[in-house]
Amino acid sequence: METETERRIRVMTGNEACVEGAIAAGLQFYAGYPITPSSEIAEVLSYALPKVGGKFIQMEDEIGSMGAVIGASLAGAKAMTATSGPGFSLKQENLGYASMAEIPCVIVNVMRGGPSTGLPTLPSQGDMMQARWGTHGDHPVIVLVPNSVREVFDLTVRAFNLAEKYRVPVVLLLDEIIGHVNEKLVLPTPDEIEVWNRIKPDVPPEQYLPYQENDSDIPPFVSFGEGYRFHVTGLVHDQTGFPTNNSVQIDRLLRRLNRKIERYRDEIIELIEEKEEGAKIGVVAYGSTSRSARRAIIWAREKGIKIHFIRPKVIWPFPDIEVRAMGKAVDYIIVPELNFGQIAHEVEWAVRCECEVVKINRIDGEPINPQQIFDVIMELTSL
Amino acid sequence: MFDYDKYLRLNKLPLIWCAGCGDGIVLKAMLRAIDRVGLSKDEICMVSGIGCSSRLTGYVDFNTLHTTHGRAIAFATGVKMVKPKMTVIVVTGDGDATAIGGNHYIHAARRNIDITVILFNNNIYGMTGGQVSPTTPTGYRASTAPYGSVENTFNISGLAEAAGASFVARGTVYDAIKLDRMIEKAIRKKGFSVVEVMTPCPTAFGRRNRLGAGVAMIKQLKEDSISVEKAAKMNPEELNSKIVTGILVDKDLPEYTENYQKLIDQLKSG
Repeated sequence: METETERRIRVMTGNEACVEGAIAAGLQFYAGYPITPSSEIAEVLSYALPKVGGKFIQMEDEIGSMGAVIGASLAGAKAMTATSGPGFSLKQENLGYASMAEIPCVIVNVMRGGPSTGLPTLPSQGDMMQARWGTHGDHPVIVLVPNSVREVFDLTVRAFNLAEKYRVPVVLLLDEIIGHVNEKLVLPTPDEIEVWNRIKPDVPPEQYLPYQENDSDIPPFVSFGEGYRFHVTGLVHDQTGFPTNNSVQIDRLLRRLNRKIERYRDEIIELIEEKEEGAKIGVVAYGSTSRSARRAIIWAREKGIKIHFIRPKVIWPFPDIEVRAMGKAVDYIIVPELNFGQIAHEVEWAVRCECEVVKINRIDGEPINPQQIFDVIMELTSL
Repeated sequence: MFDYDKYLRLNKLPLIWCAGCGDGIVLKAMLRAIDRVGLSKDEICMVSGIGCSSRLTGYVDFNTLHTTHGRAIAFATGVKMVKPKMTVIVVTGDGDATAIGGNHYIHAARRNIDITVILFNNNIYGMTGGQVSPTTPTGYRASTAPYGSVENTFNISGLAEAAGASFVARGTVYDAIKLDRMIEKAIRKKGFSVVEVMTPCPTAFGRRNRLGAGVAMIKQLKEDSISVEKAAKMNPEELNSKIVTGILVDKDLPEYTENYQKLIDQLKSG
C-alpha cells in the first residue's frame, strides 16, 4: 500500500502536469480541438474532468472552443482551452474579446514550429510576440513560460489565479519539449497550493456596475444567473457594460484595461535571477532553451567566468526594469531562442544600448544545445 | 395590453433598427413567448452574435451576451454546460448563423444541446450595408452582387433538421401571433430548437431589389407563405418561391447537457 507521499511522487509530461495544475486550481470547464503537440491535455481532461464534476467538450473548431470557454467563465466556471500555433491563430479574435470584456480564462499554447502548419511535432518559441500582440488593438494579456514539468504545474495554477484576480485572459506558453518531456515531480498537497477566486461585488444588483471604475482598476465580477443582470459586449462600453461612442468614455475604458496590468506588473512578474558581482556577460533565457542556457552557465562558472542570468517565468508583461539593470552592469547579454530573436528585440529595447545584445537562434526544429551557448560565452570572454 | 416594458431596458431605447424593419416584431413575439413560459428574468441568458438582429440583446433585461461574429452558439454552449438550469436563447441572423457561424449551428444541432435559436432571416447583411448572404435568393441584388446573386441559397431550417435538432419551425413577421406560439414551443422544448423568422430589410435588401417599403415587404411575406400542412400536398415546382411556415420538426431526443450530467453521476457513484 503506497503512502500519500508516495502517491504524490510522479513521473509525467508537461502536458499532463498542466492538467494536474488546472484541476488543482479549480478548473471546471474545458473546451478544445485536437491539435499536436497539445492534444494530451484534452485527452487527459476528457477522462479526469467529469470525475471531479467538471465539464469537457471537444468543440467543432478552435474558434468555437475559445467562445465556449468565455461563455463558461461568464457562467461562473474556471475555464481553459489548449492548442498549438494554427489553433492559437484561430483563437485570437475571441482572445481579444476576453481582454475587452474582462473575462478570466486560461489559454495554453504548446508551441510548434511555424509559420502555418509548420512543424507539428517539433519545438519552437515562435509565438512569443503572437502571445503578446496576436489579437487586434491594444489589449491587456499575461503570458507565462514554464521550463520544467513541475513548473508547468505551478504556473498553470498561477495562470488561473492571475486570470481570476485581474479579470484577464492568461496565456501559458509551453513548447513541444516542455509539453512532452517526462520528468519526476512531487505534486503539492492541496493546502500547499494557493488558489485565488474572482472578486465578487459587495453591492446589491441594482447598484452593480460590471465595468466599474474603482481604485483597484479591477471591477468586481459576478456570474450570469446570480440575480445580477448585466450586458457583456466586445464593443467599447461604459461602466454599465453598454456600447458607447463617447470619446471620453472610450479613452477611460482603454486606458483602464491596459493600466490594470501595467500598475500591477511588480506583483505579476516572476523570474529567477542569478547575479554575480563583476559579471560582464548576461544571459536572458526562457522555456526549454533556458535549460540549455543553465547548463552552459554551469560550465562557464567552472572555468571561472562570471555570468548574470535572468530567466523570466512571466514573459508578458516583460521584466524590462530587471533586464535594464542587468544591461547596465554587463557588456553583453546573450539571448538564445527558438525563433529569430523575438524576445532579443524586447531585451534590446529594455537595455537601450547600455550593452550589446547577442542573439543565438535556431528555427530548424532542433533545440539549442548547451555547447552552442557555451561557445558564444567563451567567444565573448576572449574579446 | 401586454406589458413589454417589464422585459425591456427602457433607457436603451430607441432601437437602432430602421423604419420598416421587422426585427421589432420578432422582439415583441419573443417577449410574449418568454412571459407565457413563465421564466424569471434571472433565469434567462440571451446570447447574440454580430449584425442588426444581434443588437437585440442590448435592449432586453436578461443576462445578455453580445459576442463576436458568428460565435453566439459557441459562447452559449459554454454558458449552458456550466449552468444547465438557465434558459439559453441565441439571437442571430442569416449571415451570422449560416455563413461565418455555420459550423457552430450544425454542431449544436448535432449535439442536441438545449439552446433555442431565434434566427432572423432577412436575406442580407443589413448592418454592413447590404452584402449578399447565404439566403439572398438567386438573381437578387446586393451591394456585393450588383448583377444579382449567382449562388444557390441555404435552407436554414432544413439544415438544422438534417443535423439533428429536436425542434425546427419557420415563421414570418406577418404572422406575429403564430410566431410567438412557435417561440414558446421552442423554448419549452428540451433540446436544440430553431425558429427561423422571415423578416424584411427594406433599407438594404428591399430598396435595391425594388420590393417596396416595410409594409409592402411584409404583405409579400403573407402572399408567399404557405403552411406546412398545405405544402405537404404540393409538388416541388409549386413550392418554388414559397415560404413553408409552421412546425417542421418536433421530436423528443436525448439532450446533451443531461447526458453529460448522467456521465458525471455514473463516475461519482463508481
